Parts: sequence; structure tokens; C-alpha cells
Amino acid sequence: MTQAKPHPSTHAPKIMELQDVWKTYHLGDADLNVLQGINLHIKKGEFVAIIGPSGSGKSTLMNMVGLLDTPSRGQIIIENTNIAKLKEDELSKLRGKKIGFIFQQFNLIPTLTALENVMLPTIFQNMPKDERLKIATSLLTRVGLQDRLDHRPGQLSGGQQQRVAIARSLANNPEIILADEPTGNLDSTSGVAVMEMIQELHKEGKTIVLITHDPRLVKFATRVIHIQDGKVEKETVN
Amino acid sequence: MFKDYITLALNAVLRRRKRSILTLLGIIIGIAAVVSLITLGQGLKNSISGQFNALGSDKLIISAKGDSFSIGLSTDAVKITSDDLHIIQETQGVSHAAGWIYQSGKIEFNGNVRYYSVSGYPLNKEETTLLWQASNYKLLTGRLLEEGDTYKAMLGYSYTNPEIFGKALELGSKINIQGQDFKVVGFWDKTGSPQDDQGIIIPYQTYEELFNKHDQLGIIIAQVQSGENIDTVAERMTKELRKERKVSEGKEDFSIQTPKQLGAAFGTVIDMVQVVLIGIAAISLAVGGVGITNTMYTNVLERTREIGLLKAVGAKRKDIIIIFVLEAGLYGLVGGLIGLLLGTSFALIVEAAFHAAVGPLLDIQIDPYLLFGALAFTFILGCIAGITPARQASKLSPVEALRYD
Ligand SMILES: Nc1ncnc2c1ncn2[C@@H]1O[C@H](COP(=O)(O)OP(=O)(O)OP(=O)(O)O)[C@@H](O)[C@H]1O
Ligand SMILES: [Mg+2]
Repeated sequence: MTQAKPHPSTHAPKIMELQDVWKTYHLGDADLNVLQGINLHIKKGEFVAIIGPSGSGKSTLMNMVGLLDTPSRGQIIIENTNIAKLKEDELSKLRGKKIGFIFQQFNLIPTLTALENVMLPTIFQNMPKDERLKIATSLLTRVGLQDRLDHRPGQLSGGQQQRVAIARSLANNPEIILADEPTGNLDSTSGVAVMEMIQELHKEGKTIVLITHDPRLVKFATRVIHIQDGKVEKETVN
Repeated sequence: MFKDYITLALNAVLRRRKRSILTLLGIIIGIAAVVSLITLGQGLKNSISGQFNALGSDKLIISAKGDSFSIGLSTDAVKITSDDLHIIQETQGVSHAAGWIYQSGKIEFNGNVRYYSVSGYPLNKEETTLLWQASNYKLLTGRLLEEGDTYKAMLGYSYTNPEIFGKALELGSKINIQGQDFKVVGFWDKTGSPQDDQGIIIPYQTYEELFNKHDQLGIIIAQVQSGENIDTVAERMTKELRKERKVSEGKEDFSIQTPKQLGAAFGTVIDMVQVVLIGIAAISLAVGGVGITNTMYTNVLERTREIGLLKAVGAKRKDIIIIFVLEAGLYGLVGGLIGLLLGTSFALIVEAAFHAAVGPLLDIQIDPYLLFGALAFTFILGCIAGITPARQASKLSPVEALRYD
């Protein structure tokens, strides 16, 4: 394991920590250990890239970091709280407030307009309607879709859909943005645009966790965690 | 916040219009049936009670025993006679009474033969007036029958138009009843009941000879003196008639009813018919509810990824349940709305048809409570139908749901 070099954000507070996290799937008689004792932390303001070959457990790891899944063993600590102690609804609440997701498949709701899709996360946060509308509109403007507010996902290109998803991930002004292969379904031009936007968010102070198997993307990150067979193989700092 | 849930749910319903309509067939049919049946039934009751109220609440109707439907038709089995009329007239509290008889007769005019009800009315002025009041007839043209009339007839409104015999009858026309020519002396106005509008009245004595029915009456109307309690008079009359007809209590072969009771009796029959039909409609609604549950399961399955996404962006179980229950409720509501429109239109069409064909026998009122109630009911039915699928949706694990395709 390579020791991390000192970095500007080294002294920033940890916002999340994974301690000896295991994920085991029971498939018939066999046990499949997808994550095997992962230890990692994420500090405020970092841009962490998690890279590894297909099937190495990156998405499984992201689900843990995103509070979408719970470990079979080990602990996930977010702001001094062990999430194992939280109920499902408390996890939802925390997720809604603290974490924005960008998926490879965009995961937009096809029946809603771009604007409605971006407003979706705010529905569950008791925000006044006009404020939510203002936020969603300004976020879509920010990703360059101000004249596509009423388009449905089917009427948008892949790159535009991912930009809507980026706007949505920001709706509740979360601390952490989790992006799982955000460029995986995009052509290279759109991919570059999306990565530039994510980089922009990092510059504004958001903590970014990017999951990818594409080595070309790690240049955007401040720290790179290499995953292999459900274990942290090495960490490098850019 | 709640509005957003509704937007989400409504969106889901509207985006799947074809499936929605199929799902809603049960609810649509059920609600259309309930609304039109209740509206029509109520309309029928309104006009029937209106008719009976027109009789006045101070008259007793005496007929040979039978249910409400066979008043006056049972003349062959159990008879009411002039002796009964006499007893009734003499009963304390009765100011006067009159009876008439009727049966179907062969009517010929303009070379056409038809069969209509012919009534024999007394010619005495006081009795005629009482019967006219009770029948709710109003003179249109000509005059009523008078003492001394023999082969004179009064006809209902229908005879003034050419539909029945291919030619309209007029005052002075000769009409053949049971092989005898009668001179038309008057017409009464439209009543709203086709039987009444097609009625024919001839003098009682002429009727006796013509139909060879002697000393028989179909119905007797007794006018109760003002200030007398109608129920007390009815009781007294029952006792007198029992004595005269030699029947013991509980075995009466005659019946005495007030117009209110008669109206209520008809109302009860309509209620019973309605209950049965609404029961059938309820089955249709239950089927509709099951249909919604089914569709919601399909929707939940289809939108598994969306549910995962909702959870990822912070939706709690409760939020998911509300969204899907509301969606199911909206299915119900939309079905209810369509059913309501169909049911109300149907009732209005039937009313219009009745008015055109028969006259104002149906008096429909669109009841806002019924409309609102039907909508509330279908919404709640939909919500209930959606609970199980919604709970299932809320229990999906976000990871599993997001992986689903
Ligand atoms: N629910 C599950 N049940 C069984 N096995 C699972 C489940 N989820 C993931 N796996 C297995 O875990 C392993 C890691 O999956 P994961 O999706 O984390 O890989 P990944 O690194 O994201 O791969 P890719 O780059 O292809 O997206 C795979 O072998 C996968 O088959
Ligand atoms: Mg993956």
C-alpha cells in the first residue's frame, strides 16, 4: 500500500468513514464477499475517485457511501453517527439532505419534466414551493438547460439528461456528490462537459466521490482509491 | 408538499391513459349505474309522491284487497259494491264519498280498433268533483259529464292528437266503445301519466249495461271532514266495513289507504328495486377496486427503478406510500368522474325521453351530495385498493430497486 502524501485537504474534517466494511451475498450455498474489509474515509472538500475493474465492487461500495445499503459487517460513520443505529427512514432523511447522486443511467423519471425532476429531491424536505421552483430553475440554468425546463427526459439527449441529473443532485445543496460512472453512457464530448461540471462543483467546495473504471478520469480527482476484488489495493494522491 | 404528491400521482395516471381506462371500467360502470339509478329512482319517487300529494291528505282510498299494484283490478275476485259505498258515506267523519269502476274496453274510431281503459263515473256533481280531484284531472275543453248523460264520453288528452286513431278526436266526435256510439263532450288535460291520458270516462249506469257489470265499484274515494283525524276515520271505517262484509279482524278483503301511504308504498317498491340494482353495481365497484389493486401492482413493478430513485433522493416509506395510495385514489376518482358524467347523462336522457313520450312523470334533480359522495367514494375506494401495492413499493430496498431493469 502506498502511503498518501500530505495534501491541502488532509486537515479538513472527515465527513465519512468506513471501518472494515464487508458485503457478503449469499448465493445458494456459496458466500460471495463483494467487499472485504474496506477502510476508507472521505474528508470535506475532497475529490475522491474510486477506480477498479468491472466487478471489483465499486458500485457496491458507492451504495455504502451513499447510505443506500448497509454493510454485512463493519461500520459506516457519518458525522460521528454509526449508520447501523439509524432506521430506514432516518437514512432516507440523511441521504436526501447530505448526498446527491449522479448515476450512469441518469435515473430520471420519464413522466416528469426536467424542472420537475430537479425539484423531486426538494419535495421531501419541506421547502416552500416558490423557493423550490427558484432553486430548480437556477440549477437547470446553471447546467445550460434554461430553455429545456419543460422537456421530458425522452426529449433530451443523453448528455442533456445527465446534466438534468447533475442539477437534481444539487437540489438539496448536499455536502457530498456521488457519481457512479457518470460518463459511462455518454459520447466523449458530452462526457468531457459532464466531468467539467463535476470539477466545477468541487472547486465550489463540494465533496465529490467519483466511481469509474476509466483511468482517464482520475486526473480530475485529488485522491484516487484503487479497488480490486473488494479490497482497497492502493491510494494515490494527485 | 401534498400538492406535489398529487402532481406526481396525477402525472402517473395521465401518462398511462389506455391502461387507466381499462382499469377503470368496473368503477365507471358501477358509478354510472349507481348515479343514474339513484337519480332516476329519486325522480320517479318525487313525481309519484307529487301525484299522491295532489290528491290531498284528507282523502281515503278504499279498494278490494290487493297490493298497491292491483288496486281496482281485482274487481272479479273480491268486489266492492254500492253497499260498501253506502257504509263509507255513513261513516262518522266522512263528508262524502264516490266510487268508480274501470276496465279495458274495445274502442273504435276512424276505422281503427284499440283497447283502452274505460271508467264508469257517477254523474252526481259532488261525487264527480271528488273523483276529478282525486284523479288530478283538469278540464281541457268541453264539459264534464252531467246528470242525464247516457251515451256521452269524456276523453283523456291523448285523443286530441291523431297518434292513437290516425285522426284527432274533437268535441262532438262519435267514438265507438264496446260496439256503442258515444258522443265526445269533453277532454281533460295532460296529466303526466300515460294511462290517465289515454283514459275514457262514461256515465256509471251506461257502463253497467255496456260491460254487464252491475253494482260493482273499483275504487272508492272518501272525503274526510275537515278537523277529523284521517287515521281515526280510517279505523272507524274499517270496523264498519268488517261488520258489513262479515270478515274478521286481520282477514279483511278490502283495504283503506291514505294517499300518503300509497305514495310510500310505491316509494318502498322503488327503494327495493334500487337496493337490488345498487347491490349489483356494488359488485361492479368491488371488481373495479380489485382492478385498481392489480394495476397498481403492475405500476409498482414497472416503476421499481423510480421508487429506488425516490428513496435515493430522500423519500421515506411514508412518502412512497402516500404517492402510490394517492395515485390509486386518483384512478378511482377519474373512474368516478367518468361514471358520474355517464350516469348523469343517462338519467337526463331517460328524463327527456319520458317527457317527450309521456309527459312530466319523471322529475329528476341532480343531487350535489350524490355527485360529491360518489366522487369521495371512488377516491377512497381507489386509495384502499392502492394500500397493499403502495406498502409493497415502500418496502423495496433502494439498492435492489435501483438495480432493477
Ligand atoms: N445483489 C447482489 N446479489 C449478488 N451479487 C451481487 C449483488 N450485487 C452485486 N453483486 C456482485 O458483486 C460484484 C461487484 O458488483 P459491483 O456492481 O459493485 O461491481 P462494479 O465494480 O461496480 O462493476 P462495474 O464496473 O461493472 O459497474 C459483482 O460480481 C456482482 O455480480
Ligand atoms: Mg458499477
